[in-house]
Amino acid sequence: MSEIEFLNWVRGPAFEIATVIFIAGVVIRILEIFLLGRKRNLAEAKGSEMSSGLRTIVSRSIPDKNTFKRSSFKIVSGYIFHLGLLVTIFFFAPHILLFKEVLGFSWPSLPTAIVDAFAAVSIITLIAVLIHRLRDNVLKFLSSTEDYLVWLLTILPLITGYIAFHRIGMSAPTLLAIHILSVELLLVAFPFTKLMHTFTLPIARWYNGAISGYRGVQS
Amino acid sequence: MSASLEKGIKALKKEVDSTVGAFFSSCVNCGMCAEACLFYTESPCPARTPINKTEPLRRIWKQEYTLIGRIGKMLGLAKPVDHDFLEHWEKLVYDSCSLCGRCSMVCPVGIDITALIRKTREGLAAAGHAPEGLVGATKRAVTIGSPMGVKLPALMAQIKHVEKDTGLKIPMDQQGAEYMLLLSSMEIMNFPEFIEAIAKIFDKAGVSWTISSEAFEATNSGLQIGVSDIAAELVQRVVDAAEKLKVKTVISPECGHAYMAIRWDGPNLIGKAFNFKVRHILEVLDEFSKDGRLKITGKETQKLTYHDPCQISRRGGVIDQPRNLINLFAEDFVEMPEAGKMNWCCGAGGGVSSNERADELRLKVFQRKKDQLDVIKPDVIISACSNCRIHLEDGLEEYNMEIPLMSLTETLAEHLEE
Repeated sequence: MSEIEFLNWVRGPAFEIATVIFIAGVVIRILEIFLLGRKRNLAEAKGSEMSSGLRTIVSRSIPDKNTFKRSSFKIVSGYIFHLGLLVTIFFFAPHILLFKEVLGFSWPSLPTAIVDAFAAVSIITLIAVLIHRLRDNVLKFLSSTEDYLVWLLTILPLITGYIAFHRIGMSAPTLLAIHILSVELLLVAFPFTKLMHTFTLPIARWYNGAISGYRGVQS
Repeated sequence: MSASLEKGIKALKKEVDSTVGAFFSSCVNCGMCAEACLFYTESPCPARTPINKTEPLRRIWKQEYTLIGRIGKMLGLAKPVDHDFLEHWEKLVYDSCSLCGRCSMVCPVGIDITALIRKTREGLAAAGHAPEGLVGATKRAVTIGSPMGVKLPALMAQIKHVEKDTGLKIPMDQQGAEYMLLLSSMEIMNFPEFIEAIAKIFDKAGVSWTISSEAFEATNSGLQIGVSDIAAELVQRVVDAAEKLKVKTVISPECGHAYMAIRWDGPNLIGKAFNFKVRHILEVLDEFSKDGRLKITGKETQKLTYHDPCQISRRGGVIDQPRNLINLFAEDFVEMPEAGKMNWCCGAGGGVSSNERADELRLKVFQRKKDQLDVIKPDVIISACSNCRIHLEDGLEEYNMEIPLMSLTETLAEHLEE
């Protein structure tokens, strides 16, 4: 297979397969949650589930002062690499072109230099996150193969993208193909790993806020 | 309670609902809950990380209720849920957790970890892996009616004393009373002053109240050990008594989990909404105060602080009322750092105090409360839970601290306008 053929396969059939697995997987996982159902609370309510739930979806993004002090590295590094991912995935001009092709609409991009900086900072932060995970007693204890696999799958598209953009080493089509392939790996693994928190986090936060809010406490 | 592994697994399956699915799907193993848990911060063993305590429930959820988990199980990749595994988790779930709920407030993805640990207890208890102390308390609660084995004659003896001391009649089994008071065994045996305080305050307020001779026990060991059938049976006793006496409101006394049991879990346990209201005594007293029925005189000049019982504040929603009430008599009221909904547990809730095996640990983790107290150095600690109160006394003694404890209701009674 020539490098162009390889790129075409990665962009064509492989991308379609990965996208289908990603979408179907996510839908199945979300259905799996909601189909479990939840009993109606029969106790006399003291507050609204809906408004407390919605508030917690937002408020849980901002830790209280003491929690921040106790877990500052996790919170700061978490914010940085999530923001980095958001910027690199959704505000890099070539990515927006792809989204336009798939979704039919687009949005303004950020200057390439800025996206590039976000990517570099995210890569460095993710490496720091891994070192932290390997050194911290609690994290070492909690971590399974999945945690390390997910870390790898998350950093690979950043690294391959960075290399492809700067054309380091191999020829452009091969670098691009490798980058796309790494994203496809991420997409395929996504529904079956903790990456799913991207979609289930608002649901979990809503439940947390609703449970607390029903009793009159803002969580 | 005949226990078996099958029953344990069945009980865990029964606990799985959409909240469980959403919570476990969202965990990223960040470990922030460890720093929110006094059983970890004061005794840093990674296994005590709150989310790890839910592992039995997580395994069942994954193996039975997710596609990938089911495929894994078919391929023989599923991690086992057997007696050895559950036995190993017993100490984490019962000895190292007071169900205080602090982790649930900190989790960045919003997992109500405490709720999951509470659910995990259902499985462990059904499989026969609950601590002896809690099993004993639960058996006594079912057969005798009280976890401490307090029977009606013991209550009547205390009531006789109270009536003699106050000259007031304690209305037993009075039909149509507005309020029906529940008591914890600890109040009956160790703090009968609480009954005295209620008698005085309610007399001055001019409201009718009663105690049922058939259901006076407020605590619910079924809830602590995690056996919903028993918890429901104990709730049903209160419901029957309240319906028989046709009272408008049932009062939960100064006990944390009793409030959780009757106010929030009660109707869900028996599967039926109550036709009476349930209020914590502090909510009732705050209402009295607002209606002008509670007139307070004199001030306490000492530096006072309030220890929030977890099930009443963070998990129960009664946070402002105690502060309103304390401000009626306090000249110098100081909050501990992280008071209110983020307060640190005393270390003895959620059945930990009934579990002798956990005695050493609960005194060790009291260090967290000590640190909080050291910041403000109060003259007196006020609380609204007999269990917190007993343990705070234990802890203060262990750490050679001399700070007296007061019950909020009792202190209010001492300041009643004549």
